[in-house]
Amino acid sequence: MDLHDLYRQVILDHNKSPRNFGRLVPADAEADGHNPLCGDRLHVSLRLAGERVPELRFDGSGCAISVASASLMSEAVSGRTRGEIESLSDEVIQMLTQSAYTPKRDLGKLMALAGVHEFPARVKCASLCWHTLHAALAQTQATVSTE
Amino acid sequence: MSLPAISEGNEYLDSAGRLRAERVRADFPILARQINGRPLCYLDSGASSQQPTPVLAAVTYYATHQHANVHRGVHTLSQLATSVFEGARETVRAAINARSTREIIFVRGTTEAINLVAASFGRGAVGPGDEVLISQLEHHANIVPWQLLCAERGARLVAVPLTPEGQVDTDEFRRHLSPRTRLVALAHISNVLGTVLPVQELTAIAHQHGVPLLLDGAQAIAHQSVDVQALGCDFYAFSGHKMYAPTGIGVLYGREALLKAMPPWQSGGDMILSVSIQGSTWNDLPYKFEAGTPNIGGAVGLAAAFDYLRGVGREAIAAHEHELAAHASEALQRIPGLKLIGTAPGKAAVISFTLEGVHPHDIGTILDHEGVAIRTGHHCAMPLMDYLGLPATARASFGCYNTHADVETLVRALHKVREVFG
Repeated sequence: MDLHDLYRQVILDHNKSPRNFGRLVPADAEADGHNPLCGDRLHVSLRLAGERVPELRFDGSGCAISVASASLMSEAVSGRTRGEIESLSDEVIQMLTQSAYTPKRDLGKLMALAGVHEFPARVKCASLCWHTLHAALAQTQATVSTE
Repeated sequence: MSLPAISEGNEYLDSAGRLRAERVRADFPILARQINGRPLCYLDSGASSQQPTPVLAAVTYYATHQHANVHRGVHTLSQLATSVFEGARETVRAAINARSTREIIFVRGTTEAINLVAASFGRGAVGPGDEVLISQLEHHANIVPWQLLCAERGARLVAVPLTPEGQVDTDEFRRHLSPRTRLVALAHISNVLGTVLPVQELTAIAHQHGVPLLLDGAQAIAHQSVDVQALGCDFYAFSGHKMYAPTGIGVLYGREALLKAMPPWQSGGDMILSVSIQGSTWNDLPYKFEAGTPNIGGAVGLAAAFDYLRGVGREAIAAHEHELAAHASEALQRIPGLKLIGTAPGKAAVISFTLEGVHPHDIGTILDHEGVAIRTGHHCAMPLMDYLGLPATARASFGCYNTHADVETLVRALHKVREVFG
């Protein structure tokens, strides 16, 4: 277990200068995420164009892992469809929770989070943003289904 | 009456009467283990302390030689278990200088003790429009039971704000006592800031207004001798696992006159005198508040921990911990970007801090990698964190087995954090 597996340069960089930081007002969907164990709070807001998410922003306070993960997520999902986001989310969660998991495709910069699974106490920090995004998207689906 | 101090020939003290922490360490088997390939540097006693060999041995001896149910059988073991259990109660009574063992109620821990007072005393004393007074620095265990009580009774929970140093000011306290205050509940020592509250003065002020006062002693009980009569409080709650005893055992001390007038809380076996389908009558104190088979082994461990602390020397332990707190405060302040949270004079060896640009959770992970165990997060005191405007802090808390070398290990590990985060 090496600290540098967790705190890779990409993580430290995204923690220091988070991308897509802020809030979309108005947003087509938004959700709050909370990790009560460490007090991390995250807000995810996004714009929808049909099935596509052209823009996503996040803000909140949290540790380096949660901030970097949200920042990396915001870059990775912008411009993708719901379906693409769901399958990307599955891949990332599996990578975070399983040892020696080989992603089915190149996850790009998100691979910087591959070391997190060696630090079980930190998995929730990295996955919080994905769960929050999921909640935001589920909300819009619920709205769609009632109309 | 408190027990005489052991001085002559005490192997735990040097010739000047100072604590030999290295000797104390040898009694705690867990401190010999490694964490992530480094010697364990345990700085999380504020969350839960480790257990020394005499406590572990007492619990094992009880289980292997004396166990049966208490207050029930005529057989030898049942009588033995009863006498051991009641002996433990007497040890606790003497250690905190209660007047009578009727005032010592065994519970699971501080949380259960406070819930007992809220449910039994609180329901009788607090009505619509009344107030329960706490402070801004309380642990959730000394907030939420009062919130539930106030919601149920239509009463109001009021919190005394803090001074910039993190202390409860007596004038401010006086201002928040109102004619509607029915109970005051305060921490003896803050689990986040290490502040030692002026509890004797606060108790006297509350009593001038005819208001009873509960002290949450979870953090205090391991750090100093507690004398409930000298404090003058009406209730005192603490946990075994923060004073070198096992988890799942704790104590509620209550003044006998108050306990006598309070209705039972949990009910079942052991707390009754007689039961018929039409009704039941309650057992005497303290059994009225001890429904069901108690944690007998835990009580044995708790008594052994009090004996251990007395044997080592409580004053020497307190002096040692104050030295560690002073050393740690001074050394940590020299780390660039480090800010101490809680700077009340005379504070206990509970040191909260933040490090600029690094979230406490990241500090915790990097320190763990160096074998250093600290607590990070909101420390079950979210209203205090909101008040301080911080989402979280890192906290190093010291016990009788910590040494100045532990402080240096902590400082080295914090430099490592700076190294990783640049």
